Amino acid sequence: MTSRKNNSVIPHALQVDQKNDLFILFFRRREAILPIANLLTWVGKDSETYRCLTMDMKRDYYEDIQLCKTRTALVLTIALFCCLMIIPFLLGDYNIYIVNLIAIHAIVAIGLNILVGYTGQISLGHAGFFAIGAYTSVLLMVKGGVPFPVALLAAGFVSAGFGFLLGLPSLRLEGPYLAIATLGFGMAVTQIISHWDFAGGHMGLAAPKMSIGPFVADTGLEQYAIIMSVAAIMTIAAINLMKTRVGRALVAIRDSEIAAEAMGVNVLKYKTLAFAISAFYTGVGGALMAFALAHISAGSFNLILSITFLAMIIVGGLGSIMGSILGAALLTYLQIKLQVIQEAPIVGPILLDISKRFFTAEGLPNIQSIIIGGIMIGIVIFEPLGMRGIYLRFKRYWRMWPF
Amino acid sequence: MALLSIQNLWVSFGGLVALHGVSMDVEEGRIFSIIGPNGAGKTTIFNCISGIYKPTKGKVIFRDREITGKKSHYSAGMGIARTFQNIELFGHLTTIDNLLLGRHIHMKSGVFSGAFFFGKSFPAAREECHHREVVERIIEFLEIEAYRNSLVSSLPYGIRKLVELGRALAMEPTLLLLDEPTAGMNQEEKRDMMFWIRDIRDDFKVTIIMVEHDMNLVMDVSDEIMALNFGVKLVQGTPEQVRNDPQVLEAYLGRD
Ligand SMILES: Nc1ncnc2c1ncn2[C@@H]1O[C@H](COP(=O)(O)OP(=O)(O)OP(=O)(O)O)[C@@H](O)[C@H]1O
Ligand SMILES: [Mg+2]
Repeated sequence: MTSRKNNSVIPHALQVDQKNDLFILFFRRREAILPIANLLTWVGKDSETYRCLTMDMKRDYYEDIQLCKTRTALVLTIALFCCLMIIPFLLGDYNIYIVNLIAIHAIVAIGLNILVGYTGQISLGHAGFFAIGAYTSVLLMVKGGVPFPVALLAAGFVSAGFGFLLGLPSLRLEGPYLAIATLGFGMAVTQIISHWDFAGGHMGLAAPKMSIGPFVADTGLEQYAIIMSVAAIMTIAAINLMKTRVGRALVAIRDSEIAAEAMGVNVLKYKTLAFAISAFYTGVGGALMAFALAHISAGSFNLILSITFLAMIIVGGLGSIMGSILGAALLTYLQIKLQVIQEAPIVGPILLDISKRFFTAEGLPNIQSIIIGGIMIGIVIFEPLGMRGIYLRFKRYWRMWPF
Repeated sequence: MALLSIQNLWVSFGGLVALHGVSMDVEEGRIFSIIGPNGAGKTTIFNCISGIYKPTKGKVIFRDREITGKKSHYSAGMGIARTFQNIELFGHLTTIDNLLLGRHIHMKSGVFSGAFFFGKSFPAAREECHHREVVERIIEFLEIEAYRNSLVSSLPYGIRKLVELGRALAMEPTLLLLDEPTAGMNQEEKRDMMFWIRDIRDDFKVTIIMVEHDMNLVMDVSDEIMALNFGVKLVQGTPEQVRNDPQVLEAYLGRD
């Protein structure tokens, strides 16, 4: 068999990864670079560089799907975990409450990203799933006496069921048509719930406390323990899922439906599945939100909420779990902080003054919309990959740092 | 019976009739080429076999089972793999991930097993490792190791063609449909590709149907050739027979 041979001077094994090209250009002889590579690896550089330099061709395939691919990632993950364990003891009640909301929104953002960023579908109705999750769990607990963990799971599954149902007609719809269909779904859910006496009508419902067995989450700190655990499990599950068969099929559908079908991916099945998974995450998020707020009312699950969820994943980064979390964190934090911006030193009174002069007296919330809108426009123009793009740039810079 | 049998296939798009009752049989282990001028309906035949188009009339029978009008993913599951005339890769994925999608039909893990694995011994992880190894062998076979972890959208045209071929091979198909595998390649690359096509038939024990414009290569590598013009089958036979057929000469060279 004749075949093209690499005629470059760089040994074959060194060409493993293009992202190391610059690195290799500096040292064409691997013997020369080996000690330095060793050092860098131990300092915490990417082990891939190390592997390709040592010509270690025997690969351990599990490494590719491991949660932490590199030593750096492992260290960072452990550090993050420790932070999450310690943080609540350093924060006041109010800040814990904010972190709780961030974790809940992160769950929703991950779910939405699975549908929008990974599968390439659109949804303007996720507030509907959020509401379904919230009401399912609260109603089950209040009217059905179901224990909290069961109610939480049920919220996810009921919501996933609706996601599946919404997914069915959506299979034939694309782009703007799908947007309208999901928009209609979200609004219908809010309408129905607000006129449904069993669900408290306009008044809404008071949510009971979360409890697992004898452990009752009374304080923000105890809520944090539950919410953050759920968020962590669901994040890891999403990371794993996206690295294996189902996740790959979803991304394939996004990139080319024709080719995905030709690979044996049942596009209809996987699209509905994407809706269901996405709705599951959102439903669980909605349930947790009900308990974090202690009260739910239909009015809060509106179109603005759906759009805020979308904004989170666009700002954070489409098709990225980490991006979902970053986006949820940034937007949730800004929303809460900007609501009380008049209390900020110096800036607050000035803004209040501007607002009173040019808008209405109560116009300060405008500032919030303007700033969040501005961030979104900025992200879309300057960093289409979102906050994840910024992170990647930073990472590349760090990897190239000695050169 | 033949591995693939197409019987009296008619396809029309509105007023335009792309295939006029084409029939053909492809025996197992053959390299079967379809030739014909632009717009003859070659790709349309592929699309009918792989379930992208539904023929107006006629039958497609594969391994004694009728697959006419069945969805694409169904024929893929039956063992039909294909490449596309205008490369259809998953642009935001790496070479490895593209090839792993070719393994989709051979993998089993679902939502739960895929989401919850914590260590090598879990079924989803074991499956993943196994198939990554298979894919690695195909990467070695096609000598595209250098592009393993590159996003395919960033690769040069010729390499993308190879990745697409590799992805089809990863499906371990019974029947491989290659739509203009050497389009856009230079002479040397074309020759390599032809060697590969023979190797693939022999090593992977697969039947190949190929659409190709380069006559020398077609004559060289094919066991059997069918010539098509304006959706009508002109002739089918060995390269020798087709080369000397007056109708084929006329379709290609025009009346003189
Ligand atoms: N989806 C479609 N809608 C309308 N017409 C189509 C469609 N697909 C193919 N055709 C028409 O059918 C005829 C055959 O097309 P086909 O793509 O099969 O040609 P081909 O033999 O593959 O040509 P080429 O060598 O250019 O690839 C052409 O006239 C084409 O315009
Ligand atoms: Mg064609």
